[in-house]
Amino acid sequence: MSGIPYLTLVTFLPILGMIIVLLIKSEKIQLIRITAAIVTFLQIVIAALMWSKFNFSAAGINDQSSFQFVEKVRWIEIKNLADWIGTVKIDYFLGVDGLSMPMVLLTALISFLGVLASWNISKGIKGYFALYLLLDTGMMGSFVALDFFLFYVFWELMLLPMYFLIGIWGGPRKEYAAIKFFIYTLFGSVFMLLVMLGLYFSTYEILPDGSKVYTFNMLQMMNPVNYSKEGLLSPFNPNNLRFIAYIFLFIGFAIKVPMFPFHTWLPDAHVEAPTPISVILAGILLKLGTYGMMRISFPIFPEITNQLAYWIAVFGMINIVYGALCAMAQKDFKSLIAYSSISHMGYVLLGMASLTTQGMMGALFQMFNHGTITAMLFMIVGVIYDRAHTRGVNDFGGLALQMPVYTGITTVAFFASLGLPGLSGFISEAFVFLGAFSNETIRILAIISTLGILLTAAYMLWTMQRIYFGKLNPRWENLPDVNKLELAALSPLAVVVILFGIYPSPMLNLMNTSVNKLVEIVVNGQVTFSNLSALIK
Amino acid sequence: MENNSIQNILESLNYFTPELALMLTFFVLLLVDLFFRKSKYLLPAISLVGFIVSGYLLVYTPDVKGFLFSTGMTNIGLYVIDPFSFFFKILILLAMIYTILFSLSSKEINEAGGNRGEYYVLLSSFALGMFLLTSTIDLLLMYLSFELVSLSSYILAGFTRNVKRSAEASLKYIIFGAVASGAMLYGISILYGLTGTTNLYLINFYLSNQNIESLPLVIAGLLIIGGIGFKISMAPFHFWTPDVYEGAPITITAVLSVASKAAGFALLIRSLKIMFIDYTATNLQSSAWAILSQFKWNELIAGLAVLTMTLGNLAALWQSNLKRMLAYSSIAHAGYMLTGFVILDNQGIMAILIYFFIYLFMNLGAFFVVMLIADKLGSEEMEDYTGLGYKAPFLGVSLTIFLISLTGIPPTAGFVAKLYLFGALIKAKWIWLAVIGVLNSVISLYYYLKVVKNMFLRESEIEYSHNLGHGNLLITLSLLIPTLLFGIYFKPIIEFAEQSVRIFGF
Repeated sequence: MSGIPYLTLVTFLPILGMIIVLLIKSEKIQLIRITAAIVTFLQIVIAALMWSKFNFSAAGINDQSSFQFVEKVRWIEIKNLADWIGTVKIDYFLGVDGLSMPMVLLTALISFLGVLASWNISKGIKGYFALYLLLDTGMMGSFVALDFFLFYVFWELMLLPMYFLIGIWGGPRKEYAAIKFFIYTLFGSVFMLLVMLGLYFSTYEILPDGSKVYTFNMLQMMNPVNYSKEGLLSPFNPNNLRFIAYIFLFIGFAIKVPMFPFHTWLPDAHVEAPTPISVILAGILLKLGTYGMMRISFPIFPEITNQLAYWIAVFGMINIVYGALCAMAQKDFKSLIAYSSISHMGYVLLGMASLTTQGMMGALFQMFNHGTITAMLFMIVGVIYDRAHTRGVNDFGGLALQMPVYTGITTVAFFASLGLPGLSGFISEAFVFLGAFSNETIRILAIISTLGILLTAAYMLWTMQRIYFGKLNPRWENLPDVNKLELAALSPLAVVVILFGIYPSPMLNLMNTSVNKLVEIVVNGQVTFSNLSALIK
Repeated sequence: MENNSIQNILESLNYFTPELALMLTFFVLLLVDLFFRKSKYLLPAISLVGFIVSGYLLVYTPDVKGFLFSTGMTNIGLYVIDPFSFFFKILILLAMIYTILFSLSSKEINEAGGNRGEYYVLLSSFALGMFLLTSTIDLLLMYLSFELVSLSSYILAGFTRNVKRSAEASLKYIIFGAVASGAMLYGISILYGLTGTTNLYLINFYLSNQNIESLPLVIAGLLIIGGIGFKISMAPFHFWTPDVYEGAPITITAVLSVASKAAGFALLIRSLKIMFIDYTATNLQSSAWAILSQFKWNELIAGLAVLTMTLGNLAALWQSNLKRMLAYSSIAHAGYMLTGFVILDNQGIMAILIYFFIYLFMNLGAFFVVMLIADKLGSEEMEDYTGLGYKAPFLGVSLTIFLISLTGIPPTAGFVAKLYLFGALIKAKWIWLAVIGVLNSVISLYYYLKVVKNMFLRESEIEYSHNLGHGNLLITLSLLIPTLLFGIYFKPIIEFAEQSVRIFGF
């Protein structure tokens, strides 16, 4: 495709920013901050431009021609090798569809607001923003990569910057939290690596000159025709290991979500991370897990997705209820929000597992909404922690009169989080439940999961009451209200939350065609992939 | 007949020039050391020139030539020149050149007193021994060159005589080494008794055509594998590694962990492949090998590989001395590489070659940075590295990159190495081995990051500043850039490795 390489720009702009930041002298703090802000703001501009040019009727998913802003260049090609190895080929292959476009918008938005929230980071500013921008590239790249190898490189690119961002700028137990995060995610991703290699050696792509080569192209992996006869993960192979591979891959993504029982790194990471990094972590990073499932696991292994959908829903349900119960028991404001994240990501799992258009739409929209709402919540925690240097839920009280603007914004975020109609969280949760109810096998799980809504309302309102209402603790008589910078970071999110609560169509239209296609692939894929297995048996 | 042999020997010498250049270097160094003892730069300069000339001759020697130095019907030759040995010789030369460069700025070596001449003389005989190891096809020459390498390295390991742990390291190395080479020699003698020849190709010929009992064959094979396993620090023959690596001067530790390991691997792969492959059943087209049914050595090696990487990684977790930790990590890396050999096809060998090439840069890089810091700091304890990343940012960041690459995380070259290795395992359907391999990489992350944690996540009050100097900066960069570049553009290594899997006779 000719024209402006939007996706390369939106992905690698932060790297450019990183280089500029590294060249600036470390004394020029303001300049570094402004550079980071400009770069991430440009990202928003590009993402918005893409949105305006987006063709809402192109589906994508498994069809390269209906992907948009596609860039496909040969990255590594080694020809004329001996017969036993064949041509080695890896593409630099980027593209977006209705599945990834919302995530691109989310990443751009949250990254920019994260920079604003980082304004009062005081230590090692240069290193901080350099790593932050590197992380940004990793996240954006993962969302737009369509070549598995490229995806994996971006996926792993996020680990090291995140390790340092938590480990250097974090709280008292930062070392523990940082290494725990790193080891957990690496553990997941090495299994993903094995599955990636298994798929690579099982699928062929036919080049224009007629030769057959192994491929990392995700879209080719979705088509059963491309599988070799004897490949390890080929449906044609009666002894294939597709089931085990699916579990491996799923664990890799589930750790990122994080799904119970792989969630324990998250509260630690959140509590220790500085505010903007918590915002990034909850706002974007967690979405990569569920995005990976939708982009890779579901369409490449449709028959096993069908087989295991029930269990995904079970884990979704556990996440919802267990996360909410844990949140209720927390005394630390930040870890309360962290557990609420676990609970809310449960909705995403539940919606996906329903394998219906509504449920899947709900899941995807919930990813976007949770990204914005939780980002707000963590910033809200940050505001209070900066002032009071404590996060104990029970240490406060009566802040409503002391900090009225702050309380107003908090109310929006809290109510959006508990799913009040009129705010964005409601729409996505409603869709999730619509989907889950309409699928008979998981209906009972959906019914149990509604308990989660109740519990969320309970802990959110209880927290509201403990921190903002009641008598003002005299210790906090001098707490100032939110300043302009904090307001600048919070209010765009509040606007988004309210806007998509009242008028969600722009976002839903963006997703609709692709989600329909995905559901179709998963449901029909069951037939094609299973038939193949049946045929050869 | 007589004439023919001499003819053959003279002809063979044309193909033997790189080795001759090393021998010449050896003698020149000996002589020069006698007369110009004071000069600081003369000996290293001569060594460098010698290695570079040898490299030049290596590149311009014709590609394939088998059976050099044959002296008649009973002895069809001792030596082969093939792409496989070319690859390892290049690797060894690179490692040797880096070692000389490291030695120039190493405080340990320059302040060791005594006779620095020996050091460079022995390095060149060490290199010569390794050259011979990569190309030999005769058990006798194999044993002789094995001893040449071992004897040189025993002395080099104890070169800083005044340091107690260095002397201790050397002694331990000798004792372990003597046992290992004794065992190997015993294995060789059994094999000779069984087959009546020391030529690897002829041994294979007898084994596949005669009905030979498998028990003595297995014993002989085990003893030989054990002897070579000692060189590549394969468990359970690895016990010397941590002590020697910790006690020896860092330059020697670095060269032992890369070059001597490479020579050991070359020897292991060549000898096992030539001796115990069933040529009649081996499919040359698809590159999969069949092995003789009497001796299933690949299953044995699979077990040893798992043992090696797991022991190496688990032991590394508890180390507080950086050199010792890198020693255990190098044991673990030997374990990863061994897995490529288990799957019995060219893809696996190619993966090992790729791994070695990348390992050269990242491991030497890590050792070099540790050496620079240790010279300044006077300590290799991790505790003392606290906050160092802020005091010496360039070295801190470089070491981090080398360690991340050793873990195998993209976009560093270490990832490409692991990708090809695990890819070969997956393709050959050795899934369980691949799973153990990746789990081991996760374990290794913990101890590599322990260093990073000390450097960057903690702060300290200690005074430390490092003026690197242009030379050291350049050396570090020359190791750092390939480590990063090959992570995103690895086409050249793949091509080089693919061309180098050809072992003479296949």
